[in-house]
Amino acid sequence: MSTVATINKASPFDALQRWLPKLVLAPSMLIVLVGFYGYILWTFVLSFTNSSFMPSYKWVGLAQYARLMENDRWWVASKNLLVFGGMFIAISLVIGVLLAVLLDQRIRREGVIRTVYLYPMALSMIVTGTAWKWLLNPGLGLDKMLRDWGWEGFRLDWLVDPDRVVYCLVIAAVWQASGFVMALFLAGLRSVDQSIIRAAQVDGASLPSIYLRIVLPSLRPVFFSALMILAHIAIKSFDLVAAMTAGGPGYASDLPAMFMYSFTFSRGQMGMGSASAILMLGAILSILVPYLYSELRNKRHD
Amino acid sequence: MTRSLAPRAFSFSRLAIYSTLLLACALYLIPLIVMLLTSFKSPEDIRTGNLLSWPAVITGIGWIKAWDTVGGYFWNSVKITVPAVVISTLLGALNGYVLSMWRFRGSQLFFGLLLFGCFLPFQTVLLPASFTLGKLGLASTTSGLVLVHIVYGLAFTTLFFRNYYCSVPDALVRAARLDGAGFFTIFGRILLPMSVPIIMVCLIWQFTQIWNDFLFGVVFASGDAQPITVALNNLVNTSTGVKEYNVDMAAAMIAGLPTLLVYVLAGKYFLRGLTAGAVKG
Repeated sequence: MSTVATINKASPFDALQRWLPKLVLAPSMLIVLVGFYGYILWTFVLSFTNSSFMPSYKWVGLAQYARLMENDRWWVASKNLLVFGGMFIAISLVIGVLLAVLLDQRIRREGVIRTVYLYPMALSMIVTGTAWKWLLNPGLGLDKMLRDWGWEGFRLDWLVDPDRVVYCLVIAAVWQASGFVMALFLAGLRSVDQSIIRAAQVDGASLPSIYLRIVLPSLRPVFFSALMILAHIAIKSFDLVAAMTAGGPGYASDLPAMFMYSFTFSRGQMGMGSASAILMLGAILSILVPYLYSELRNKRHD
Repeated sequence: MTRSLAPRAFSFSRLAIYSTLLLACALYLIPLIVMLLTSFKSPEDIRTGNLLSWPAVITGIGWIKAWDTVGGYFWNSVKITVPAVVISTLLGALNGYVLSMWRFRGSQLFFGLLLFGCFLPFQTVLLPASFTLGKLGLASTTSGLVLVHIVYGLAFTTLFFRNYYCSVPDALVRAARLDGAGFFTIFGRILLPMSVPIIMVCLIWQFTQIWNDFLFGVVFASGDAQPITVALNNLVNTSTGVKEYNVDMAAAMIAGLPTLLVYVLAGKYFLRGLTAGAVKG
């Protein structure tokens, strides 16, 4: 460890200097211990109580988790998360990688094009949801536009179709985040050693096969961090559902984050809401821990 | 640029590449164009035309009505965002400085604990945080939201500065210490002047995060203290009365313009923040 804190001479000034760093960090340490870990623990405790509209500390063991498991809406929300998360991640990765590779071909006006791809990321999910809710409006949105343009039989009413409403969330989320994946991969592509590619070209390999066989496999770390971030966005997705569908029709487009919010804050089911929050934390940890483990292992090997 | 992966000469494949890229541009831009067009239309025009039809008459009525409804909440968002961004950036800079230049026993552990905050699903802290805000008398106030955003923004701001300062040569700081410069002198005279890029990254990141926040806003600030995202959502999802899509779209534009503007003006820093936040460590 390379620090400057190793040179010390004893004098009152130096003593103060030695304590200053700790003093400066102290408020943040308090914030982290209380606001992060203390609160998680608190929520964890609440998930074992019968708290309803107000917190109560009557211990009920795993009863809230059992109720959650029997709750149909929770299962719809969890299944939706798998469908939404899976499709959102897969499609964003494919589009992002494709656009990055295409943009890496010495494109004129690359900067402008990149700006266009990435701007949705600057918007709030609420704005994105509002825009796409309008675009997907059955009767007035794309539905009507394509019929006006001559595609007589075109119907697009996914927003009110309980079986398809989740795809609406996927479309909006992909629109927002795929440009970001592009940016990550483009940065990765720019760091690939050009001499390897030139050597492969000299050997007569075609450009697509160079990308598939050599360039993209070397971007595995970028791939994993993109995966990590997209999964994180998916699990936390709450604003998008709130703005686009409010979980509806019925609760057909519910996601765990939405479920947690409505049970905890509108339906007076704090205990069960806390249990659902803890399960969400578990989902994040189940992705995060293997990721961090592999990251740390790679670092040690370097 | 000296990269030469592809032949520069015109060819069918280059035409295909450019067409794909331009088609993608159109797809990314259409929602924004639709929002703008719709916001300047009259309700009749919206019913008779379609998403991409040009307004029969360009009218600002949607924007005026939208500002009347969400304008006050726009200023709430300003009141929340500005102090929260400034304070969390300042704290992040100090934390990053200590965690890179003044490491002590346990500081690495603390950094690890803090980093987890970047991944924390906020659902796990909402209830205790709302109890705490209630106890502090800050429930449903913009100050309460400022506090919450400072606390949960700390992980990212610290990460930005810590990683940036880790790349500053030790020798610089060591020499200053030997010359008798103290903790704050080194920070103010040596590190801050070279921190402009990372300060920009951090300010822009925090600005986008806090301005766009919905979860904290909807949980901690009902009524008059709502930020614009919550007001927009209420406007769009009210089921009473005739839907005025021009007003909805104008309100969405009002909510989106500040971050969009920052992105257009300082896109370089925005991207750097995203990737720094993404590729941690």
